[in-house]
Amino acid sequence: MKVLWCLAGKEIRDGMRNRWIAAAIAILAALAISLSLLGSAPVGEVKASTLSVTVASLSSLSVYLIPLIALMLSYDALVGEFERGTMQLLLTYPVARWQVILGKFLGHVAILVLAIAVGYGAAGLAVALGGGADPQGARAFLFLIGSSALLGAVFIALGYLLSAVVRERATAAGLAVALWLGLVVLYDLALLGVLIADRGQMVSQAMASALMAVNPTDLYRVFNLTSFDGVAAAAGMLGAEGGLGPLLSLAVLGGWVIVPLGATMAVFQRREL
Amino acid sequence: MSAMTPPVIALRAVSKRYGAKEVLHGVDFGIEAGECVALIGHNGAGKTTLLKLLLGLTRPSGGSVRVEGQDPVSARSAAARRGIGYLPESVAFHDAMTGLEVLRFYARLKGEPLGACGGLLERVGLNEAVARRVGTYSKGMRQRLGLAQALLGEPRLLFLDEPTTGLDPSLRRRFYELIQEIRGRGATVLLSSHALSEIEGSANRTAIMREGRLVAFGTLAELRLAAKLPVRIRVAVRPGMAASIAQDIGAKVNLLKVNDTMVDLTCGAGDKMDVVRRIAALGGPVTDVDIAPPNLDEVYAHFVGEGRPL
Repeated sequence: MKVLWCLAGKEIRDGMRNRWIAAAIAILAALAISLSLLGSAPVGEVKASTLSVTVASLSSLSVYLIPLIALMLSYDALVGEFERGTMQLLLTYPVARWQVILGKFLGHVAILVLAIAVGYGAAGLAVALGGGADPQGARAFLFLIGSSALLGAVFIALGYLLSAVVRERATAAGLAVALWLGLVVLYDLALLGVLIADRGQMVSQAMASALMAVNPTDLYRVFNLTSFDGVAAAAGMLGAEGGLGPLLSLAVLGGWVIVPLGATMAVFQRREL
Repeated sequence: MSAMTPPVIALRAVSKRYGAKEVLHGVDFGIEAGECVALIGHNGAGKTTLLKLLLGLTRPSGGSVRVEGQDPVSARSAAARRGIGYLPESVAFHDAMTGLEVLRFYARLKGEPLGACGGLLERVGLNEAVARRVGTYSKGMRQRLGLAQALLGEPRLLFLDEPTTGLDPSLRRRFYELIQEIRGRGATVLLSSHALSEIEGSANRTAIMREGRLVAFGTLAELRLAAKLPVRIRVAVRPGMAASIAQDIGAKVNLLKVNDTMVDLTCGAGDKMDVVRRIAALGGPVTDVDIAPPNLDEVYAHFVGEGRPL
């Protein structure tokens, strides 16, 4: 336990030292505050609070930004230490290899949670001070922060897996970009393309839902846009079927953390240094 | 070599392949508690790989490795590593941290009191630089920081991979003094080096490696004997007597050079006493005798096959 804290604490201190945390907070806060300003413009006929509108627009953008930040934080975590030679020394200490992974993971997740909570929290506070908050919107906002952290954890775990498998940092960086592009952008485009071309002939609605339920970014989006009526109204998703439902969505997202993390530990355990 | 206590380090027929390349072949040896063993050989002879096997960083392709009776790769060894110190060949640290931060981080991992870090940095002569970022350290300073982390918690077992590279001569001397201190506590030390002459006086036994094989293992005296290198003898004689003296010394010698006042010759190590007695018996004409055993560089060159086939 002490070892995990020691390893996690080092990642957090590194994050503070190299201004990583400060930069991430600044980016997320700037994004959230500008979106909340947009959200406080008259919302027309849609009956939604400013906070709900902010959650709707923020979750649509977070889906791109959070995975990117998480991958930038994690792709280098193992291969960087293999290359520099610091991992070799670390593993001669009384530390099990799974502890190295878990300790780093806890540290990186803490960094991301801090950045999301402070960055988005600032925007939420700004909206609340402007009188745009309602109880449901506030809950939706807290769920947004929580699910964003979970989405970040998914991509940190995926980034570790890349980092454990490759031989060079540059390869890990390239794969991280490809993974981001694939899961965040191309997956949905491809799915949309298939659905349009297919016109409901081969791909049933259940199948389309299932395909969306396997992609963590889609899970995150559907979770945030359909779990609360106010947000759903703002996003034009009122009455849309919420895919897996909130609890199952979170569970599958949790699986997206545990499986890559476990795979990383297995790969790392067998790796020779 | 008591049969009562098992060796601290035991290698049995250890081989290691990376892909098609075999970097260690059938290495066998044991190290007893409290020994200081030097691992000598060229770059690529397998020294670093051997140390990595002992640390559990890699696993052998064949044979068995035991450190304090355990397989270093096994999960149980993680706890046992508290008593192990390691200085890698080219030690790397997190450049953004200061020297003291680095050492405190490693002390925490070992569960050692953080208060000891300052004293340890002083011991390796880094007390001036504790608050500086490691990124600004010179090669020698990094090496000293590496040594400091290896000494954390007074390890029972110390693995040092080319510990004196980047150290100037006075630091080198200080380093070997430190090794003696550590051995005085009863720790076992295994260090690798390029040169036999450097470890003379520090190591009680030496393992010489060549192309992944252990070609010799023993004390320096044993290695000298095993090398069967000729002893050089220089006989100073009265002017004009050299030629006749050279003839009188007779069999079992190899004359190198004969001039007016001097005879240079070599003979086998086993014949040395016999030859010396014959020279002494020549009496008056011989004014001085100089006997030079093969030096360590020659012994080393013999075993690693420089210039002559094995």
